Amino acid sequence: MKTKIIIIGGIFTVTALIFIVRLFFIQVIDTDYKLSAENNTLRQVTQYPSRGVIYDRNGKILVSNKAYYDLKVVPRSLKEFDTVSFCKLIDINIDEIRKLINKSKKSYQPVIVKKQISQEEFGFIQEYLFKYSDFYVEKRTLREYTLPVAAHLSGYIGEVDVDDIRNDAYYKLGDFIGKSGIEKTYEKCLRGKKGVNIFVVDVHGRIQGKYKEEKYDTSAVAGKFLVSTIDSELQAYGEFLMQNKIGGIVAIEPATGEILSLITGPGYNPELFIGKNLSENYPEVKNRKGKPLFNRALRSMQPPGSTFKPVNALIGLDQKVITDRTVFVTSGYDAGTHIVRDHVFGAVSFEKSIQLSCNAYYCNVFKRIIANKEYSDYAEAYEKWKEYVESFGLGVNLGTDLDFEKKGILYPSSYYDRYYGKGRWNYNTIISLAIGQGELGFTPLQTANMTAAIANRGYYIIPHVVKEIEGESIEKKFKQKQYTKVNNSYFEPVIEAMEKVVSSGTAMIVYTPGIEICGKTGTAQNPHGDNHSIFIAFAPKDNPKIAISVLVENAGYGSTWAAPIAGLMIEKYLTGSISKPWLEKRISEKSFIKNE
Amino acid sequence: MTNKSKIYNIDWITIGLYLLLVIMGWMNIYSSAYEEGSSFNLSSRYGKQFLMIGINLIFLVAVFFLEGHIIPAISYYIFGFIILMLIAVLFLGDKTSGSRSWFIIGSFKLQPAEFAKLATALALSKFLGNDNVKFTSNLKDFFIVAALIVFPSFLILLQGDAGSALVFSAFILVLYRMGLPFYWLLFIFIEILVFIAFFFLPQYMIFIILIIFSLIAYRYLSGNFKESILGFLIISGLTTVGFAIIVFLRLNIDAHIVIACSVLILSVYSIVKALNKRKKVAFIIPVIMLLFIGSVYSVEYAFDNVLEDHHRKRINVLFGIEKNITDEGYNVHQSKIAIGSGGFSGKGYLKGTQTKYDFVPEQDTDFIFCTVGEEWGFIGTSIIIILFTVLLFRIIYLAERQKSVYSKVFGYSLASVLFFHYAVNIAMTVGLAPVIGIPLPFFSYGGSSLFAFSFFLFIFIRLDAERNTVFS
Repeated sequence: MKTKIIIIGGIFTVTALIFIVRLFFIQVIDTDYKLSAENNTLRQVTQYPSRGVIYDRNGKILVSNKAYYDLKVVPRSLKEFDTVSFCKLIDINIDEIRKLINKSKKSYQPVIVKKQISQEEFGFIQEYLFKYSDFYVEKRTLREYTLPVAAHLSGYIGEVDVDDIRNDAYYKLGDFIGKSGIEKTYEKCLRGKKGVNIFVVDVHGRIQGKYKEEKYDTSAVAGKFLVSTIDSELQAYGEFLMQNKIGGIVAIEPATGEILSLITGPGYNPELFIGKNLSENYPEVKNRKGKPLFNRALRSMQPPGSTFKPVNALIGLDQKVITDRTVFVTSGYDAGTHIVRDHVFGAVSFEKSIQLSCNAYYCNVFKRIIANKEYSDYAEAYEKWKEYVESFGLGVNLGTDLDFEKKGILYPSSYYDRYYGKGRWNYNTIISLAIGQGELGFTPLQTANMTAAIANRGYYIIPHVVKEIEGESIEKKFKQKQYTKVNNSYFEPVIEAMEKVVSSGTAMIVYTPGIEICGKTGTAQNPHGDNHSIFIAFAPKDNPKIAISVLVENAGYGSTWAAPIAGLMIEKYLTGSISKPWLEKRISEKSFIKNE
Repeated sequence: MTNKSKIYNIDWITIGLYLLLVIMGWMNIYSSAYEEGSSFNLSSRYGKQFLMIGINLIFLVAVFFLEGHIIPAISYYIFGFIILMLIAVLFLGDKTSGSRSWFIIGSFKLQPAEFAKLATALALSKFLGNDNVKFTSNLKDFFIVAALIVFPSFLILLQGDAGSALVFSAFILVLYRMGLPFYWLLFIFIEILVFIAFFFLPQYMIFIILIIFSLIAYRYLSGNFKESILGFLIISGLTTVGFAIIVFLRLNIDAHIVIACSVLILSVYSIVKALNKRKKVAFIIPVIMLLFIGSVYSVEYAFDNVLEDHHRKRINVLFGIEKNITDEGYNVHQSKIAIGSGGFSGKGYLKGTQTKYDFVPEQDTDFIFCTVGEEWGFIGTSIIIILFTVLLFRIIYLAERQKSVYSKVFGYSLASVLFFHYAVNIAMTVGLAPVIGIPLPFFSYGGSSLFAFSFFLFIFIRLDAERNTVFS
C-alpha cells in the first residue's frame, strides 16, 4: 500500500515540478515572451482571396470578380480624431459613426466603418487616409457578371449567418459564402483560403512593422476556377424567349449529362444581388409577380402529360405486352366510371399513337402493363411499372450538383391501398397515369433527363453543371452511365415515331429543314388554371447533341408555345442561326404574366 | 454524535486552502474584466461569480448539517439522476460552439457534465465500499467498475465535449490505489507515449518499439530471459528477411504487413509452445502485442474519427506540426505571451494588459491562469501550483485516515479529478498539452464548475468529520 501512496504522491510532485520549471523558463529566462505590452498590440489584416472565376463551356467568363475595400478600425485603439472632416471624406453620417464606435468601444475586434468602397472612391480617400492612422482598409472582391443571365444557375453569395459560422470555423463575421446555385455547391472550391498579415502597432495605432519577420503571416490562396457546362449563348437566348413567361427550360447534352442551359422564367438579373445590393433588393425581387426566386427548372413539379407516352410505350415493349406492330381500334377509352376522351379514331398503329398522341392507345397499353399476368396482383405490377419509371430518373432525386432539386411525385402502390383500400383499385382507377396525368409530377430537369435517356437509347448520365474544377476532377458519378430498365433494342421504334411527331405530327411547327428533331408534345391539365404547355425533344436523331424539355405554365397546348421554344433553341444550338425569325418574334413578345 | 463535535472534527486546513483558491480566483476574474474608473457591477461576469460564490457557501454550510450516512445511502440515486440528465441534455440541451452540453433555464445555465464526475465518484465509492466487491479478481465486478466510469464519459463524449469526457480517465488513479496492479498505470503511460510518438515517428517504428516493449514485459512476467531473446531474434530475423524480399523483388508492400506477419508467426509459435508445455505465461506475448498494436490503430482511429477538426488542429499546434497563431494556435500563443510578460514578479494586480486583450476569448474561464501569470508573475504562478499540490496531498492524507472504504475511495476520486483538471488546464495554458477546454477548479468563471468542485470537496470534508464511522 505504501508504495502506491508514494507513487501517487510522486506523480503530483513531478507534475508540479514540471510546471514550475516550465513557468520559470517562460517567465524568467526566455526574453522572447517579454515583449512590452505596448508593442504587442497586433493588428491582423485579413488577406481575402479572390473567388474562383466561373467559365461557360466555351471558355467565356460567366462570373468574375471586382475589387472593393472595407474601411475598418479597432475601436479600443481609436484615439481622438477630426470626426467632421473624416465623415466628409468617406461620406458617412457623423451620428452613425459615433453610434458604431460607442457601441463597441471596448472591443479589440475590428469593426467595419464603411463597407464596399469602390475602387474609384478608394483612390480618392487613400490620399487623405494617412491622417487617420487608426483606420485601415481591407481589400475584398465582389462578383461581376459578364452577361446578366443564369442567375439561378450561378447562384449568389451573401454574408455568412450564425449557422454558417457555427458549422465551419473558417468563416468569420462579414465573410461571404455561396447561398445558392454553383456558388453554394462548389463553395469549398470557389472560396480559396484567407490569409493574414500581422502587424505590430503601437498604442497610437501606428504600424511598427511586421510581426516576427512575417513568420506567422499567411498569404491568401485564390479560389479555384470552374468550367461550367452551360452554353452562355444558348442560356441567354433561352432567357430571351422565356421573358414574361412562367416555366422552365432544361437542355442537356445526352452523351455527357452536361446541362447546356437551365432557365427559369421569370428570371432576375444577378447583378441585383451583388454585395450590399442583396439585402436591399432581395425582398423586392422575391415578391415580384411570377416569383422569380422560385427555381422552376429544378423545382416546379408538373404532370408530364403526353410527353410521358414514350416512356409508357417503352415499358410496354420491354414487358412484351405490346410490340411495335400492335394496333388498337379506338374511339376513346372506357374506364368504367368515365370515358377518357380522344381526338384520334379508328385503327391506331404504334407509330401513329405517338405521332398523333393517341390517349386511348396508351390507356390500353397501361391496362396491359398493370393487368399483366406475370405478377400476382395489380399492386405488384404497379410497383414493377414504378421501377421502370424511376429508372428514367423520374420521381427520384437525380443527385445533381445543384441544391434544392425536387424529387417529383410518383407514389408507391401503398398510397393507392391507403386511398382506395387494399385490392380495391385496378388499372382503370389510375388510368390517368397512362397519359401522364393524375398523381405524377416531374420537374423540367427530370423530363429533360428522361429525354436524354431516350436519346441515348437507354441510359443517362446524372445531369450536372460543372465539368471542370481547377486541379481537381469532378465527382465520379457524373461520368457513369445510369441504365434504364428498358432494353436498348426497343428505343428505335419509339424514336422513329418521335421523329414523325415533328415531321408530320402534333409538333410540325418545330420542323426545321436539315435537322432531324425527335420530339413529343404534352399538355398538362392543371386544376388551378390554364393548362401547362410542355414539349420534350432531342436532335439530331442519330448521335444526339441536345435533349431539351420546355415547360410553359398556364400557356395551353404543348404544340403552341413549348414546342416552338424548344425548336428555336435546338436550331440556335446546332446551327447558330434562326431560320424562323417571325416565330422568334411571336414567342418573345408573348406575355403570360398577368398584370392585375 | 452532536453537531458541535462534527464541527470540531472538520478539517479547517482544507477549508482554508479552498477559500484561498476561490478568493484568488475571483480576484483574477475581477481583474480580467476590470476597467479603469468603472464601479462594481453585479451584472458583470465578476459580479455573477461573486453571487455564485455566495450562494455556493450557503449550500456548503448546508452540507455540514446533513447526516453523514445519508451521503452513501443516496449515492446510486444521484448517479442515476445525473445519467438521466446527461441523456436529457443530448436532446434538450443548447448547442454552443459545437457541443450540446448545456441546459438553459431562464438566465441560468447548467452543465450536467460538471456534476457527472461527482456522481461517478459517489457511485464508485459506494460500489467499492461494499466488502464483497473484489474488482481486481472478480471479472464481473471489474466490468461494473469500468462501466461506472466509462458510461458517463461516453455520454459526455456524445455531447461533443471531449475535454470533460477525458477527465474520467483520472479515475485510474483511484483504482490503482484500491488495488489495480502497477502495469495498468504503465500501460496508460505507454499509451500516452504512443500517442505522442504517433506525431513524430513513422508507424512501423512505433510497432518495432512496442514489440521490444512486449518482449521486455514477457521477460518480466515469465522470468524466462532465454525465451524473450529467442522471440526477439525470431521477429527481427523474419522482419529483416521480409524487408529484404520486398527490396529485392521491388514489391509494393506496406511495412506494417511484414511486421504483422512476423508477429503472427511468433504468436503462433508461442501459443503452440504454450500448449505443449501447458504454460499459461506464453500467451502473454501475443496478448500484449495485440494490445499494443491495437492501441496504435485505435490512436489513429480516434485521431481521425473521434476527435473533431479543431481538436486535431490544436494537437497539431501543440506538437508544432501546424504553425498557426491566428486560429487554433492563437489562444496558446497569446496565453504564453501573457504569462511570459509577467516576468518574475508580475505587473501588479489590475495592471495586466495582455489578458484584457479580447483576442484570448476564454480569458476568464479556461485561460484564467494567464491573468495570474501576467499580474502576479512567476511568484504568483508558483504559489498557485504549490497551493494545488498542497491541497492534493492534504486530500490524500485525509483519505488515508478514513476507516470506511467508501470515504477513502471518495477522497481519492476527489484528488484524482482535481489533479487532472488542474494539471491539464495549466499544461494547456503553458503550451504543454493541447487545448481541450477544461476549467481550472475554483478559479475559472462558471457556476457549474464551481458548484460541482465545491460540493465534491465539502462532501469529502463532511465524510472526514465522521472518519471513524464505517459507512457502507
